[in-house]
Amino acid sequence: MQHAGSLTASASAGTRPFARGLRDGLPISLGYFAVGFTIGIAAKKLGLTPLQVGLMAFLMHASAGEFALLSVIGSQGSYLLMFFTQLVVNLRYVLMSCSLSQKLQGTPYRHRFLLSYFITDELFGLAVMQKGQLNPRYYYGAVMVASPGWALGTVLGATVGAILPLSLVSAFGIALYGMFLAIIIPAAKTSRSIAWIILASMAASGLCTVLPYIKNLSSNFRIIVLTLVISAVAAWLCPIKPQEAEDSQKAPAEEGGVSDGT
Amino acid sequence: MEHNVYVYFLVAAIAVYLLRSLPITLIQKPIESRFLRSFLYYVPYVTLSIMVFPAILSSTQSLWSGLAGFLAASIVAWLDGNLFKVAVCSCIAVYVVELLPIG
Repeated sequence: MQHAGSLTASASAGTRPFARGLRDGLPISLGYFAVGFTIGIAAKKLGLTPLQVGLMAFLMHASAGEFALLSVIGSQGSYLLMFFTQLVVNLRYVLMSCSLSQKLQGTPYRHRFLLSYFITDELFGLAVMQKGQLNPRYYYGAVMVASPGWALGTVLGATVGAILPLSLVSAFGIALYGMFLAIIIPAAKTSRSIAWIILASMAASGLCTVLPYIKNLSSNFRIIVLTLVISAVAAWLCPIKPQEAEDSQKAPAEEGGVSDGT
Repeated sequence: MEHNVYVYFLVAAIAVYLLRSLPITLIQKPIESRFLRSFLYYVPYVTLSIMVFPAILSSTQSLWSGLAGFLAASIVAWLDGNLFKVAVCSCIAVYVVELLPIG
């Protein structure tokens, strides 16, 4: 019942986790809206109705996964192909799920089943930014704003298509990448090893998109292989000190972390 | 034979949910191995870095606006890690550069 303890402790700390989640989920929601919009346009071209597209968005919460889903539908591939395509395209969620399991010590199964339904790149990013254990309520707060942004953007993209000026959609599209940077760069300020790891990862990723042969690999494959290799090398070269490890285990630190601003 | 769209959805949704839910429900205990803990500690930074670069450069209408958004986001993230500010600043940088003739 460590979990119940962490809830009361966080309530006494002032800010409510659910409300903080709502606030931190807002930029994700805006970025999702833009990405969802482009997926909606692609889905409409295949002849899906806005209702079907909204259902797809809620079932998947995964941009690469949805584009892959649409391409399998477009080619009328078999259900087996759909299953394996989705496993491959979304394999990175396995790593994220492993990583989150370490921030949910003592959290009951029902939260694990519910929370994991909404593991996305961006929400995962928010979760790892939380110091100590992750409070599921914080996560649900972020989901409550981010998920509707995703579904609405997708439905609107399929409904109105090209009404929004392209320049506006283009500008919003970068928001999610900006958020990723807002998550990793502050960590680079406090840890030199993380700073080097970020630079090395970006350099390796850039290299893999220009090198002959290697550049033909799909981006999902690149993400998985590079993540495994670079994280393993980093863990070997600079293993975390016991206190750093404890920092990601210990309950609860609800002071808001890096995202606490005005 | 015509495939059913809803069956497609269901199959895809089950595949994604398996990936997301199995590790988080199966791994209940803290991982003891220092290597594995270090590995999982670094995974988020590595995977997010790889996803950002170089994809961010082609996420907008031109390389220049993508680059501007990348720089703006990096600088604001360094000065002030607030998610919302970083996201908005990168959007503004992209929008402004795309108004310019080079964008």
